[in-house]
Amino acid sequence: MANIKTNENKTKAQSMGLHSEVLTGKTQQKFFNPDEAENFYYWGTYDVDFNKRIDLDVNDLDCKEANKKIDELMSQGYGTIVIKNPQGKHSLGVGVLNKLNLIFEGSLGYFGVGSIDGPTVRINGRVGWSCAENMMAGKVVIEKNAGSCFGAAVRGGDLICKGSVGARTGIDQKGGTIIIGGDAGAFTGFMMQRGRIIILGDVGINLGDSMYDGIIYVGGKIGSFGSDAVESPMTKSDVDWIKRKLKVAEIGENFDISKMTKVVSGKKLWNYDALEPTEKKGAI
Amino acid sequence: MCGIAGLIHRGKSSNVGQELQGMLQALKHRGEDSTGYALYGDTDGQNFIMRFKVGENVGEGSSSIMEDASVYDERKKIVDNHISQLGAKIVKEERILPYSLRYEIEYDSSDLLEFSQKIESIPGVEILSMGKSLEVIKDLGNAKAVCDRYNLGDVVGTHAIGHARMATESGVDIKSAHPFWGYPFSDVSVVHNGQLTNYWNNRRMLENKGMRFMSECDSELIAVYLAEKMRSGASLEEGMKDSLSGLDGVFTYFVATKNSLGMAKDTMAAKPLVLYESDDLVAMGSEEIAIRSVLPQEIDTYDPYDGEVKVWQI
Repeated sequence: MANIKTNENKTKAQSMGLHSEVLTGKTQQKFFNPDEAENFYYWGTYDVDFNKRIDLDVNDLDCKEANKKIDELMSQGYGTIVIKNPQGKHSLGVGVLNKLNLIFEGSLGYFGVGSIDGPTVRINGRVGWSCAENMMAGKVVIEKNAGSCFGAAVRGGDLICKGSVGARTGIDQKGGTIIIGGDAGAFTGFMMQRGRIIILGDVGINLGDSMYDGIIYVGGKIGSFGSDAVESPMTKSDVDWIKRKLKVAEIGENFDISKMTKVVSGKKLWNYDALEPTEKKGAI
Repeated sequence: MCGIAGLIHRGKSSNVGQELQGMLQALKHRGEDSTGYALYGDTDGQNFIMRFKVGENVGEGSSSIMEDASVYDERKKIVDNHISQLGAKIVKEERILPYSLRYEIEYDSSDLLEFSQKIESIPGVEILSMGKSLEVIKDLGNAKAVCDRYNLGDVVGTHAIGHARMATESGVDIKSAHPFWGYPFSDVSVVHNGQLTNYWNNRRMLENKGMRFMSECDSELIAVYLAEKMRSGASLEEGMKDSLSGLDGVFTYFVATKNSLGMAKDTMAAKPLVLYESDDLVAMGSEEIAIRSVLPQEIDTYDPYDGEVKVWQI
C-alpha cells in the first residue's frame, strides 16, 4: 500500500475534495532521463544476425519450453529460426519483440505469434484462433487457413492469410493491415477502431458490426452489414494502396481491385481522434 | 470450456477406440471432470447393445451422493426382471464396474420407447445408450483414465464422437456427462461444446410432448430436441438445420447415427471447431491438436463457418 499523505498546497480540484492524496515512495511517477542508460534498453530484445540460421524441433517440447528456447536462440544471435513439427501446439512464437525471421514448418494452434513487435513470420500450415493477437509490428504470412479472431486487437504490421479465415477477423483492431486471400466468416471487423482489412473472397453476416473507424475492403459477396457499417465509394488512392499491399503480400496478382466494396463506419465519434493518435504504440 | 472430437472412416473400419482416446486426451486441458465416448463398433447387427448404469461413480471429485453398493445388485436384478417381462432376452452380460453394465439383448421390436421407459422406471437406473452399433461409455476422469477403466483401446469400428467435460451447468457425475443418447432412437448420440440459453423453455415444451430428460445438463437438450424432430418425421440433417434457430446460445455439436456423423455450429460461430476432410476420413475437434493426434503429417484443416451444418456417411 502506498504511503498516502495530505498535500497542504491545494489546487482548485483538491479544494473541492478531489485528488486530496499524494502518492509517495515507489509509486511516484518517474520521468524520462536521457542520461540514464536504462532508458535506452528495450527489455526482451536482442541484436540478431539474419544470416545465422538454426532449426528447432518442438515435437517434444510444450509451448513454454519452445518459446523459452526461441528466446535463448535469439540471445545467441540467431536471426533466422525454423520451427519444425509445431503440430498444432498453442501459443508458439509469442512475445518476440525484435527483428527476426521466424518460420514455422507446420500448423499452429491457438494464440500463435501473439503480442509480437517486429519479426517476420512465415507459417507454412494453418493457424488456430487468435493468431497474432495484439501484434504491434512486423509481418506474418500464413500459407493455409486461419481460425476465428484472426488478428484480434492488432495495432500495427501486416497480417496475411492466403487461405480463408473464421469468424470475427480483426475484432477490436486498432491499426495495421489484415489481408485475406480467401473468404472470411461472420462479424468480420467487429468493433474495429483503426487499421484496414482486405478480403478478396466473400464475407459472412454482420460485417463491420459496431466499428468505430478503419476501412474494410471486400472483393466478393457480403452476407450482411452490421450495425454502424456503411458502404463508401472506392477512390483511386484506395485502389493504389490495395494494389501495393497485395503486391507486398504476394497474393491477388490478377484481382480486379476496382470492383471491391469499401466499408467504413457510419457513426460520428466526436472526440475520437483526440483520444489516441494513429501511430501511438505505447498506449496499451 | 469442454472439448469435443469426432472422426468417421469412410469405406473401412479402424481402431476408433484408440484414435478417439488420443484425440480426447489431447483436449484434456479443456476439462477432465468427465470424459465420454460414443463408439460405433463393428457388430453383426443382430442384437441390441445396451450400456446402462445402476449407480453413480462417487469417487474422483464426484458431486454424487454415496450409496451402499448393495443397491446396485438390487437394481440390476429388477432390470433383468423387466427385460424378461418385455419379451427380450439377455444374450451376453458384462459388468465392467459395480455401477456400469453392458448387455447384449435379443429384442424384436424396433420401438425402444416402451423398453426404455420400463427400464428407466427403476430409480437410479439410466440407459446410457441403446443400439445395434452404438455404445456410449462415460465416466469421471480424463480420456485415458476412462479408456483404461473400460478397456476401450481395442474397439474397432467406423466412427466415433467424444467429449472432455469441464462441469459448469450441472454437477460432476455420469448422468451429466456427454455423449447423450438420442433417446429413444437406436444408435443416435450427441456431444456438445457451449451453452444453451433457452434450455428451460425448450425442456418444458419437449416434456409436454412426452420427451424424457435424465439430467439438468443443457447439452442433453440437443439430443432430445433432435430426437423429437426425428420422431415428427424430419431427417437428421433437417433437425440439425432447424436447431440453429430453435436452440439459443453458443454451441458446436456433433451428432452420430449408425451410418453417419454430423456437425452443426451456431450462427454466432462462437465456439471453436477445426475440421479435416478427405475421401476416406473426416476428423474434427475443438482444437487442431486433437486432429494431430491421429494425423501427425501436414494436412489441410479449416474452421467451419457460422450456421454451418454438415453430415457425412460411412
